Amino acid sequence: MSPENGKLLPETDAGGLNFKATELTLGLPGESRVTSDGVAKLGSKRGFSETVDLSLGDNKDSNKLGQFQINVPEAAKSPVSKAQVVGWPPVRGYPKRGTKSCKYVKVAVDGAPYLRKVDLEMYNTYQQLLTSLEDMFSCFTIRNYLNDKKLERVNGIEYVPTYEDKDGDWMLVGDVPWHSSNDTYKTFKRKLNEEALYMKHPRN
Amino acid sequence: MESSELKRSKDSVNSCESARRSSFPDEVLERVLSLLKSHRDRSSVSLVCKDWYNAERWSRTHVFIGNCYSVSPEIVARRFPRIRSVTLKGKPRFSDFNLVPENWGADIHAWLVVFAAKYPFLEELRLKRMAISDESLEFLAVSFPNFKALSLLSCDGFSTNGLAAIATHCKNLTELDIQENGIDDIGGSWLSCFPESFTTLEVLNFANLTSDINFDMLEKLVGRCKSMRVLKLNRSVSLEQLQRLLVNAPQLAELGTGLFSQELTIREYEELESALSNCKNMHTLSGLWDATGMYLPALYLACTHLTFLNLSYAALQSVELAKLLAHCPQLKRLWVLDSVEDKGLEAVGLNCPLLEELRVFPADPFDNEIVHGVTEAGFVAVSFGCPRLHYVLYFCRQMTNAAVATIVQNCPDFTHFRLCIMNPGQPDYLTNEPMDEAFGAVVKTCTKLQRLSVSGLLTDLTFEYIGRYAKNLETLSVAFAGRSDWGMQCVLGGCPKLRKLEIRDCPFGNAALLSGLEKYESMRSLWMSACNVTMNGCRLLAREMPRLNVEARGGMPHHLSLLSEMLGTRQTENY
Repeated sequence: MSPENGKLLPETDAGGLNFKATELTLGLPGESRVTSDGVAKLGSKRGFSETVDLSLGDNKDSNKLGQFQINVPEAAKSPVSKAQVVGWPPVRGYPKRGTKSCKYVKVAVDGAPYLRKVDLEMYNTYQQLLTSLEDMFSCFTIRNYLNDKKLERVNGIEYVPTYEDKDGDWMLVGDVPWHSSNDTYKTFKRKLNEEALYMKHPRN
Repeated sequence: MESSELKRSKDSVNSCESARRSSFPDEVLERVLSLLKSHRDRSSVSLVCKDWYNAERWSRTHVFIGNCYSVSPEIVARRFPRIRSVTLKGKPRFSDFNLVPENWGADIHAWLVVFAAKYPFLEELRLKRMAISDESLEFLAVSFPNFKALSLLSCDGFSTNGLAAIATHCKNLTELDIQENGIDDIGGSWLSCFPESFTTLEVLNFANLTSDINFDMLEKLVGRCKSMRVLKLNRSVSLEQLQRLLVNAPQLAELGTGLFSQELTIREYEELESALSNCKNMHTLSGLWDATGMYLPALYLACTHLTFLNLSYAALQSVELAKLLAHCPQLKRLWVLDSVEDKGLEAVGLNCPLLEELRVFPADPFDNEIVHGVTEAGFVAVSFGCPRLHYVLYFCRQMTNAAVATIVQNCPDFTHFRLCIMNPGQPDYLTNEPMDEAFGAVVKTCTKLQRLSVSGLLTDLTFEYIGRYAKNLETLSVAFAGRSDWGMQCVLGGCPKLRKLEIRDCPFGNAALLSGLEKYESMRSLWMSACNVTMNGCRLLAREMPRLNVEARGGMPHHLSLLSEMLGTRQTENY
């Protein structure tokens, strides 16, 4: 295609239009629109009510078809549920305005087969966080207690929660008020006496 | 006899013309035209005659391309040999709301390749809704030794690595303005790539990046860039750090703070307050993440000459806003979240008589449970107190026809009226009638109206009004509105200055689409999605108007994107 030609769609044939390329197909948002094998799909438009019910991105709704129509209510009907309409209200996605960021942190315990995640925003005090972590890792500590001879010597489980701040220093948890410290956490560890049971907390 | 008379008169005309030409050399004309900045004026000038066309093209240093598919970079370079500054816009606006599929296009790279060959002395590049990769940013950074200013708004496809390339290579950089973009924020180390010898930065905006940056490097950078006038920090910068920066940069005219919430001692608070108030040139303030009533008073002394206050990241309550605004008598532009509610907007009306622009964003746009926010009462209150108001973007959950009529009576000078009633198709909540009369009042009263966004329950009558009265309207956004083709036909048949029309989820079909054939030649773009237009309608349109770039996609949601008169073709990837 020469720039001066001004033809329309990329795969123009001699007639001016590639009908296969412009054929209406069904697909979910984000799916490839052009079927390379040119398989014809049903070219129906969605009904407005189906738009409303559609869980966008959810494959199980791909069977909803129907003639597209807008029913502009004569009288006040219950308004369309906002959350289910793509791109509405028309606010830009980034960055989120006025909403709190989720501070999910990974917590890893050495020797544990898998990690957990906690949302620091869920807690208002250190105590709440530590209690929650204890609950989460109670099974591991029990297992370690049974397996690890060192732990047997310990009278109860003694944890000293520590974290690595953004200067790279290891700090004792609790000196800085909870809310201001949230932004300086980099790594969260819990030391068991000298043996460190690390709970890593990379920034998300 | 007659022919010799004709010949004589022709000769005299010719000699008049040549006499005129010799007394007005091209250099003079070029010099005069070089003073013209507005691209519209320049377009007009270029249409006068061939001499003026040539003089204009040789004197133009900045080119504005509102639709990157309307022309090819080769043609631009051929016509304008001396460009130093380029502004390019790409994707349709609805891409901001995820209505445009990924990989749609608007890739900058082909442009950069041509510019590198034809405009090696390029200094400025401002992009909006373009796709730009890290490779392109690196290419840009090394290809233009005089490069000075990069501004990216609503672009995507790049990461902070691309920014690192810019910081590393652009020795003459004065402006790095990274506004809301789909950027892959890998980390903050890009900021540390500015060399220690680098001192020319005047504008630095990284407010919408999330990663931590190295504060020491930032402090040194700000310290040595003595001409810095715009500094917009990201959330990772604390209040204490802000104070340290401001002490070394009291000349700042525009400041975007970082997080505005931290436990400060009294002394630290006073130092902050002092540093802020020492910024005597400050006219624009933004950032203020998580600002609360506790620390806002630190700003009071700094707000005396403030003309633009952007609180859209600070979910203030009405009382906090009222107290702050009492110190902002010069305010012309205000952006807030609807957490301030109607009471907050009453305070706006009381404290800001010079206000020209108000934007009220929803704090929780996707939460159906919310019953707060602003109503028609807040908007009305502002209109009573701010007669100079001409730009409004207002997200609300209820509105009445009467309120809008009052508003435009108080403020007849609206140029931009963007009202978003957040429940689609919602009527006047008091009368249960459509909102037709509201927008009728707007277009009848506001004769200078250039941009209009409509919402709520609307019949075709709204569009009759728009077509008939909105003589200066250039941009119209429509969603979940109208009854039949007639609505869209009214708009296309009226609105002589219409340039951009974007429509989603409306019952406008092929008849409406095809009624605008003449109109499309003078428009920049048309977008229609989830309407009643069919593929056949698009084919017909494309056939009738071969110079238009018509793009129609099936699928869900199917849409028609009609870009204006094309001299080039749209090179798309298969998607």
